[in-house]
Amino acid sequence: MSVATETAAPAPPKPRSRLEHRPGLNRWLPYALLAPAVLLELFIHIIPMLVGIWMSFVKLTKFFIANWSSAPSAGLGNYKVALDFNNAVGQGLLKSFGVTVVFSLVTVAFSWVLGMAAAVALQPEFRGRGIVRTLFLVPYALPAYAGILTWNFMLQRDTGAVNHVLNQLHLTDGKTFWLIGGNALISLITVAGWKLWTFAFLTLMAGMQSIPRDLYEAASVDGAGNIRQWRNITLPSLRPVNLVLVLVLFLWTFSDFNTPYVLFGTAQPPAGDLITFHIYNASFLTWNFGTGAAMSVLLLIFLMIVTGAYLLVTGRRSRRA
Amino acid sequence: MGPIRLRRSAGARDGTRESDVRLRSLVAAVAATAMGISLAACGGGDKDDSSGGSTGDQTLTYWASNQGTSLDNDKEVLTPVLQKFTQETGIKVNLEVIGWNDLQTRIQTAITSGQAPDVVNIGNTWAASLQATDAFLPFDGDAMTAIGGKDKFVPTALATGGKEGTDPTSVPLYGLAYGLYYNKAMFAAAGLQPPKTWEEMVAAAKKLTNPAKNQWGMALAAGSYTENVHFAFINAAQNKADWFNSDGKPTFTGDGNVQGVLRYLDLMQKDKVANPSNAQYDNGTKSVNDFATKKVAMVINQNNADSSIVANGMKAGEYGVVPFPAPAGGEQVASHVAGINLSVFKNTKHKDAALKFVKYMTDANTQTTLGKPFSSLPVLKDAKPVFTTDAAEAATFQDVYNTKSKPLPLVPAEDQFESTVGKAMNAMFAKIATGGTVTADDVKAALKTAEDQVAASS
Repeated sequence: MSVATETAAPAPPKPRSRLEHRPGLNRWLPYALLAPAVLLELFIHIIPMLVGIWMSFVKLTKFFIANWSSAPSAGLGNYKVALDFNNAVGQGLLKSFGVTVVFSLVTVAFSWVLGMAAAVALQPEFRGRGIVRTLFLVPYALPAYAGILTWNFMLQRDTGAVNHVLNQLHLTDGKTFWLIGGNALISLITVAGWKLWTFAFLTLMAGMQSIPRDLYEAASVDGAGNIRQWRNITLPSLRPVNLVLVLVLFLWTFSDFNTPYVLFGTAQPPAGDLITFHIYNASFLTWNFGTGAAMSVLLLIFLMIVTGAYLLVTGRRSRRA
Repeated sequence: MGPIRLRRSAGARDGTRESDVRLRSLVAAVAATAMGISLAACGGGDKDDSSGGSTGDQTLTYWASNQGTSLDNDKEVLTPVLQKFTQETGIKVNLEVIGWNDLQTRIQTAITSGQAPDVVNIGNTWAASLQATDAFLPFDGDAMTAIGGKDKFVPTALATGGKEGTDPTSVPLYGLAYGLYYNKAMFAAAGLQPPKTWEEMVAAAKKLTNPAKNQWGMALAAGSYTENVHFAFINAAQNKADWFNSDGKPTFTGDGNVQGVLRYLDLMQKDKVANPSNAQYDNGTKSVNDFATKKVAMVINQNNADSSIVANGMKAGEYGVVPFPAPAGGEQVASHVAGINLSVFKNTKHKDAALKFVKYMTDANTQTTLGKPFSSLPVLKDAKPVFTTDAAEAATFQDVYNTKSKPLPLVPAEDQFESTVGKAMNAMFAKIATGGTVTADDVKAALKTAEDQVAASS
């Protein structure tokens, strides 16, 4: 954002001189240009969000969905149900929240490490670098559904490639369940990480292009090794990129819906019960959209707090530096 | 890293700029693709037909469920039937066949948005839940007369149309019932008779199980919550246990319920007559395919399994069907009253045409035409089953449907019963398959959680 405004500032003089003849247009042009974005934002984000918040305060069950306006107010009832951890619904939400936290942290770490490793490995020029780069982007370019469905096939117990390979290598007896029981979380992290790491790779690679090469040259003249260069040049230079990247990765994984939905279908195991999927089930399977909306609002509040705290802490640190 | 960079540093700058440009266009392309995908994902599922009643004056929109071997097969079967209706009445029918995974969500969306078709197929177990939404036309005296009167239907089938003592909001279209399919050759080779009690069934299954050869007595759709909950219901009914009391409050933790669920789980846990892999079978087709390809000796399925069994190469005489047996001394319940019902949306602009269509779909001729391709039992009193040439099989299913079936709870919370209890059973099967143990106390605790969930949202 800030970059865009900075570069835009010096440019205007030429077009402005032409438009000065028509002051009316000049005054309205910025608003006219902004209008589509504002409208879209309104219809795609703001209004649905407000409707969601409204829904969380009414008893929107199957008895009222044909005529929303007749749904009686529930006050804080939906929130009480969702947050009553002695009750089955609250306990389910809490468990799902725990699973999601573990899932997000591990997936983000996994994606970042893999993305960083690949970006560093492809930093020097060599023959075939373009091909490798393209190959690395495949998980990201592939439609999510197709990619995850392929994983679903590979992770089958009797016919899956994963069990076959592990068995051929004499690592397991080839009878491991990957999609039910405790292993489901491992599968979920692997698939989500596989889908996401290329984004980390892409971003970090782009960030690395802007690190002046002289720095590396100077460092290697001074005798710094690769690891030292990475720690003292690459990592600090990528700090602004990393700050945004980690936050975005976290928000994406935390609210990931496609991966569990496609990977597990209707038979999702408790170990892979991510929170957005849990909320979906709470609203669509039991037709209780009020409670589902209350859970969504709680999720929104949680993510806002995390994001706010993250920006506050990292912002303060970078100002100090 | 260092040395390479040093050597190339002179020419590197131009190279970087060029690759920068390439990279940027690449990033743009990837971002555009990603956005396209996420937008498509948002739109997924509700490519709603705006034709929901607004076009022409005599065009009905009809959402059919998947009854044949595929969505295309359904379309092929239904198209001539609908054309005949158009010839007779001049009313056009706009058909859309919807898979079972999407049907409930589509109906929900239709109810919520008011953008609904005129006529829709529903799973008959949803009838009372959907009735509670008040979005469907009640078949009161007049409407019932318009479709040919309630006396033409089998009474137990019509009873699934809605809550007891109310005007039903759906009428039966295709009848289905569970039966125990067994492989005749395997039974003969082992010197076994078709089982009449649960104990005989388990004994036969044990005899026909040989894990070393990957041969199993039974296949279970143990990862399908809809299948699982049916067996929870039937096994509990055999124990004379109910899932809801007369006030519509859940009573999931009764002894009969717990023991019924455990008895079914024990097929994999204690009796070990089913492959643990079955815990991943998330629909009935997978277990039926195991039976049809002779990997297992028995499977309990609804009579629409016939088309899949035959499609997989087994011939009609190679398998037999007996009622799904109760334990000795138990209640003779072999199935729930399964099947598909037909509903009309209340906000239809073509009420009369819609009722004519319902009448046409439930008349004797149409029922006979559709009975075979969809392997369904007739829902009409005097009709004969036509889905199989095997007279004994037809008689068995007709007997189960008419005399040994009990309707699933006809309460608004029925759908929640299905999802909570069914999913609890999925999880318990998963635990068993991955080496854990499920005791009666575990079952009770799981059912208690399900009961709390239902109670919380009703």
